[in-house]
This record gives sequence, structure tokens and C-alpha cells, in this order.
Amino acid sequence: MPVTTLSGHQIHVNDEGFLTDPSEWDEELGTALAAQIGITMTDEHWKVVRYLRADFATQGETATLRRVSTNGGVPVKQLFAMFPQKPAKKMAYIAGLPKPQGCV
Amino acid sequence: MTTNVEPAIVPNFDAVEGEGRKIAIICSKGNLDMAYPALILGNAALGEGVEVHLFFTFWGFDMINKKTMGDLKFTMLGNTATHMPQGLGGLPGMTAMATSRMKKSIADLDVPEVPEFLDQIVASGGHLWACRLSADMNRLGIDDIRDDVEGIISASDFIEKTAGAQLLFI
Repeated sequence: MPVTTLSGHQIHVNDEGFLTDPSEWDEELGTALAAQIGITMTDEHWKVVRYLRADFATQGETATLRRVSTNGGVPVKQLFAMFPQKPAKKMAYIAGLPKPQGCV
Repeated sequence: MTTNVEPAIVPNFDAVEGEGRKIAIICSKGNLDMAYPALILGNAALGEGVEVHLFFTFWGFDMINKKTMGDLKFTMLGNTATHMPQGLGGLPGMTAMATSRMKKSIADLDVPEVPEFLDQIVASGGHLWACRLSADMNRLGIDDIRDDVEGIISASDFIEKTAGAQLLFI
């Protein structure tokens, strides 16, 4: 499992670059991860990422796009606008979580 | 002293090979169980940044017909995969029971019902098209179908709109 350094954080990642240990994450790292994929974090982005982190802490798995919209209260359309093309994977990457497993 | 820092590994979210990918799904069935494959695959494709077009034709028209879209049914009849005696399926009330059981298992997995699923697909940028011939056969017009269906179009128009797309017939 590769170890890499990003904005002063030493992190463990999988071969795609997703963090393998969510506890190595903090919001400063989140900003750096977002920058890696060309996303500038706004309050709206943070709302989503914080929801993902909180949900993961209780559920043990990464929320799907549908869950973020129905439980997290951010409409799907807005998620596509904030994290273009592949919202579910981009959100998970920034939040230092695994890719969501759910189909819907 | 120098430290060797491995370059950060960044997921290739915007890989060139995926660029311009399009999927066209033809929905020809109006059974509850046959509505879901298109919805799930179409939704998944949208989440991967793929352009998605759904074409509703023949019985699939029921998925967008305001009168029927919330009331699709599942029947055991003619479906050996339920592994139940076929005769049972024909008893009164069996289709209603099978339908409500299937709806419950789908809801338990937090998968939306058909109309709400199509809402999500449209919100994700998916395109819905209705088949001209099916509309004419059933004497249905634009007012009878979901407002977010972009048009009632002919088969040739659909083929034209989905040039270069990967095609799935369900």
C-alpha cells in the first residue's frame, strides 16, 4: 500500500489514490485533496464533505449520491454542479473515505 | 539530508478514454422488475459522467405515463425464477402480493420507486424520450406523460440523437 505525502500529511492510499485510513484525514488535508482534482472548497462543499464524514462514522460505509441527497439534504443536481462528472467518487476522495459500494 | 517524497497518487477521474461516452437505453417493458435494470444502470452511468438517454417504448411507456408510472406490477406468472408452482401465480391477489413484497425489498435497500428514480435521473442530467408509435397506439400525448420527458420522437430520431452511443435494450 503506497505511502504518500500531501501538504505535509503522510497518508496511506490505495493504488487509485483514495485514503485507506480515514483517521489520517483532517480538513486541511481535505482542501489539499480537493485541489488535486481541481476543486476549490466552498461552504457548500464542506457541508457535503462533513456530512460524508459524519455518516461514515456511524454507518461504516461511504454514503451514495442518493443518500447524500435524501439524508444529507443536498439536491442531486447541486452535487453534480459542485463535483462535476463523478460526484460520488470525488466527494469520497476529498473526504478521505473509500469509494461508495452501493449501486444507487 | 534529502527526503524522498513519493509523488501523490491522484485518481484519474477525468480519464480521456471515458470522454464523450454515451449510453442509450431502450425501455420496452412495463413490469416493475423490468423497470429497474434500466434505472439502476442509467443512474450509475450518470454518476460516472456518462451521457444517458432513455427511450420508452411499448410497455416501457408505462414508466413515464402519469396514470401508470406509480403502479407498475410484478407477477409470478411466466417467471420461473420465483421457483414457485406457476399455478399459484394465477390465484386472485397473487400479483398484488408479489408486487408489494418486491416494492418492500426495494424500499428496504433505499432504492426509490420508479417515478422518484426518474426524478433523480433527470436531476443527474439524464434525458428521457417517449416513443411516437407507442404514444399513437395508446392515443397518448405530451400531457399524459411526465413533464420532464423531452419529447415524443420517432425511432429514427432516437437513433439519430444517440449516434455513437452504446445501446442497451431492456
